[in-house]
Amino acid sequence: MIEELHDDKLKDLELKANQIRQLIIESLVEAGSGHSAGPLGMTDIFTAFYFHILNHDPKNPDWEDRDRLVLSNGHICPVRYAAMALSGYFPIEELKTLRKLNSRLQGHPHRSALPGVETTSGPLGEGISQAIGMALAAKLDNKKHHIYCIASDGEQQEGNTWEAVMFAAKYKINNLTLVIDRNNIQIDGFTENIMPLEPFRAKYEAFNWKVFEVDGHNIKMFVDAIREARSVFEKPTAIIAHTTPGKGVDFMENRFEWHGMPPDTQDVKGAPPKGQQTKKALDELRTLQGKIVSEHQ
Amino acid sequence: MLNPDLKLNPKLFDQDVEVKPTRHGYGDGLVELGEQNPNVVALTADLAESTQAHRFAEKFPDRFFQCGVAEQNMAAIAAGLGVSGKIPFMSSYATFSPGKNWETIRTTIIYNQSNVKIAGHHSGIVTGPDGATHQATEDIAITRCWPWIKVFVPCDYFEGKKATIASANFEGPAYLRFTRDKTPIMTTEQTPYEMGKISTFWVSDNPKAVIFGTGHMLYYALVAASELEKEGTNVLVANVATIKPLDGQTIIDLVGKTGAAVTVEDHQVEGGLGGAIAEFLGKNKPAPMEFIGLQDTFAESGKPKELIEKYGMGKEAIKQAIKKVIARK
Repeated sequence: MIEELHDDKLKDLELKANQIRQLIIESLVEAGSGHSAGPLGMTDIFTAFYFHILNHDPKNPDWEDRDRLVLSNGHICPVRYAAMALSGYFPIEELKTLRKLNSRLQGHPHRSALPGVETTSGPLGEGISQAIGMALAAKLDNKKHHIYCIASDGEQQEGNTWEAVMFAAKYKINNLTLVIDRNNIQIDGFTENIMPLEPFRAKYEAFNWKVFEVDGHNIKMFVDAIREARSVFEKPTAIIAHTTPGKGVDFMENRFEWHGMPPDTQDVKGAPPKGQQTKKALDELRTLQGKIVSEHQ
Repeated sequence: MLNPDLKLNPKLFDQDVEVKPTRHGYGDGLVELGEQNPNVVALTADLAESTQAHRFAEKFPDRFFQCGVAEQNMAAIAAGLGVSGKIPFMSSYATFSPGKNWETIRTTIIYNQSNVKIAGHHSGIVTGPDGATHQATEDIAITRCWPWIKVFVPCDYFEGKKATIASANFEGPAYLRFTRDKTPIMTTEQTPYEMGKISTFWVSDNPKAVIFGTGHMLYYALVAASELEKEGTNVLVANVATIKPLDGQTIIDLVGKTGAAVTVEDHQVEGGLGGAIAEFLGKNKPAPMEFIGLQDTFAESGKPKELIEKYGMGKEAIKQAIKKVIARK
């Protein structure tokens, strides 16, 4: 049972989200490569998962009855790593090893490398299917834990995604909730230019899913949607979370150029010059408290 | 002569030797596993009957998942089941799985260390009239290059059943290769089977070469060996039922005794059994080798036996290869 989110807890989560954004930027800068926009855009949702929604035990990551959080678009793993570290899976200090030799924090997440990472991912379109497999196993074993899967909008272009969407509807997989990060960008540009997804919600509904749409930066709204999705019995559920890629750093927001690189690796039009990007990004974050909620309400 | 210790089929060389598809061994093995272990589950991609998974589906409908024509989805669902305490067996034609869904398997099953058993059916040119689109002739190559996997190529029905059961006895991914066509029964229920072991089916005094065969092609190798013996050339025939892990010690022993090797497989000669043995011998015990299999080509529609002859993989071709390899010593 997921509790309703009250104001005092919400404030706490917003502070945590801010901390996580800072950890993401710092770990990416330390790594010297990796994806910026997606992790920052999904920070509020990961905060909601790790600090409110998931029934989990960071000190016992293999606990049999834990909820599973499958990350399909593995390239946004810096946000998962930061949320895991902050919630106690491993020391925050370890975030500095991201993408480095002998690290548990692989450039794309690897199940066997880090306890608590449910699947190896990176190649797109494979997460929903794996989450379905976990959901089927839970049903066979009469287990009550829930399976969540986070996927990107870009990976909706993969055929495997729709194979999985069809299957889930056929088998009425109701112990799975899919969260789609609708941030409208992918590596080569905007999704609607590269390969249009709209009408997106209607596609899922036509495949016999129950669909919710939320502002992915409004933690309260997201938690409410998860609570409602959990009450749907007769079909699989998807939450389309509208997010701003690069959220929290003005010069990154909605710029697909920041999909696949960290600050201070290149000069980007409209951004501070290389060498000043990290500082500017962190400075902006420190003034962020409260801003995210108000602008979307 | 046939190795008397192995309790092989005494009627192996009869005209009317019993024939049965190895895929029936998969179906029977899977049902037996289903009875023994409630965690065994099965998936297919619209090929339940053809891959014999329908027998499991009839007995254990709740543990069977029909994925439709969607091999990538099947692989990744199996991966999710396999990291959740289940032992998934997924079956399709090998050109589609592990062919079409190769990367999905690589990431979600192999690298992810999920306990999935991949059954590739319709392997080899003996798939016959369906033509080259459906004749998997690269599947050994594309599976044995994966770290951590075990690759099984059963030679007949009984071995197909034993390999299926053996693959459930360890944690981790496995590839099992099956054929559509009815192929000769060479072993019996009593023939010893051990994963990762090469066993010598044909033994002789003072052998001049060893044939390493895998899958149903072992039959042609045995026929060639028995004819060669009558013609005065003694050889050994070894059954490589597990391509990975490869039984290196036995390869060294047999090549040590003979000094030359011929590999025989219903697969491209690049990257399959021949490739595996050549890699091993090149490093450990260099010896002249010849390779029977598809020679850098696709086959075509036709009856299995016609195709075996046309593509130079029958007993005469094997005998020629033996003579050639001995001459190169």
